[in-house]
Amino acid sequence: MNLNALWEYANPKKFIQTTDRFLPWFAGLAAVTLVGGLIWGFFFTPEDFRQGSTVKIIYLHVPSALMAINAWLMMLITSLIWIVRRHHVSALAARAAAPVGMVMTVIALVTGAIWGQPMWGTWWAWDPRLTSFLILFLFYLGYIALWEAIENDDTAADLTSILCLVGSVFALLSRYAVNFWNQGLHQGASLSLDKEENVADVFWYPLLVCMAGFVFLFIALVLMRTRTEIRARRMRALLARERMGA
Amino acid sequence: MMPDLGKYAEAVLSSYAVTIALIAVLIVLSVRRSNRVKKELQEVETKVKSNG
Repeated sequence: MNLNALWEYANPKKFIQTTDRFLPWFAGLAAVTLVGGLIWGFFFTPEDFRQGSTVKIIYLHVPSALMAINAWLMMLITSLIWIVRRHHVSALAARAAAPVGMVMTVIALVTGAIWGQPMWGTWWAWDPRLTSFLILFLFYLGYIALWEAIENDDTAADLTSILCLVGSVFALLSRYAVNFWNQGLHQGASLSLDKEENVADVFWYPLLVCMAGFVFLFIALVLMRTRTEIRARRMRALLARERMGA
Repeated sequence: MMPDLGKYAEAVLSSYAVTIALIAVLIVLSVRRSNRVKKELQEVETKVKSNG
């Protein structure tokens, strides 16, 4: 496989042409898996012997937390591509992913708080994982605000890429905080390759479908929003050229 | 059809309501902006072409 061929998709026109074909498929897959997974998890799974019916929140909390972290990692990769290769599509893809990642972070924080109240007896605790997730949310806000605050697209892409590199520390911390510090309320990861530690199969299969649903939703939204950012950038360039010519 | 959620019904239902609402808002805003920018770009391109 010729990896250099991948750079063709950094061409905005080629990117829009290619995603024209794939976007409906990802949107369809997202709808089917998300709706199917949530119906399965909500209606057709039993209560947990310790958590009762609150176990059903796992189908929202775990996939959204997963996407909150992975959205930032995707932004990190595309930001690095921008810094190294100066491909505009990669910087715009990072910009497009940020609001999606931020919404995923909010969902993870809110559903975690709602679950925590009956289980821990508190909505919030300054626990390592919760705190690093809150900081990740603030990084998302700062990242989006920085893009909006700077008029020049290239300067905005440069500065937001650096912010993304710094924020990656917290994206990783929010993933591994429970492993780094054996303190706080948040339990260890619900998912594990070790069958003994992983959640029971009756919860695991619908959770897997929900996670696939969140991944497809993320891909569909990021593709659509990247196309929008490409068009918006072209529009700004045309208007600027016209102003200079006038 | 509705499962018996017991004493945690409020917590479970509010989690689903908040999540579905946030995802719906995200999708609607993304689609609306996509359509608006597409239309505006077409207008600008037409204008630029007509100005030579």
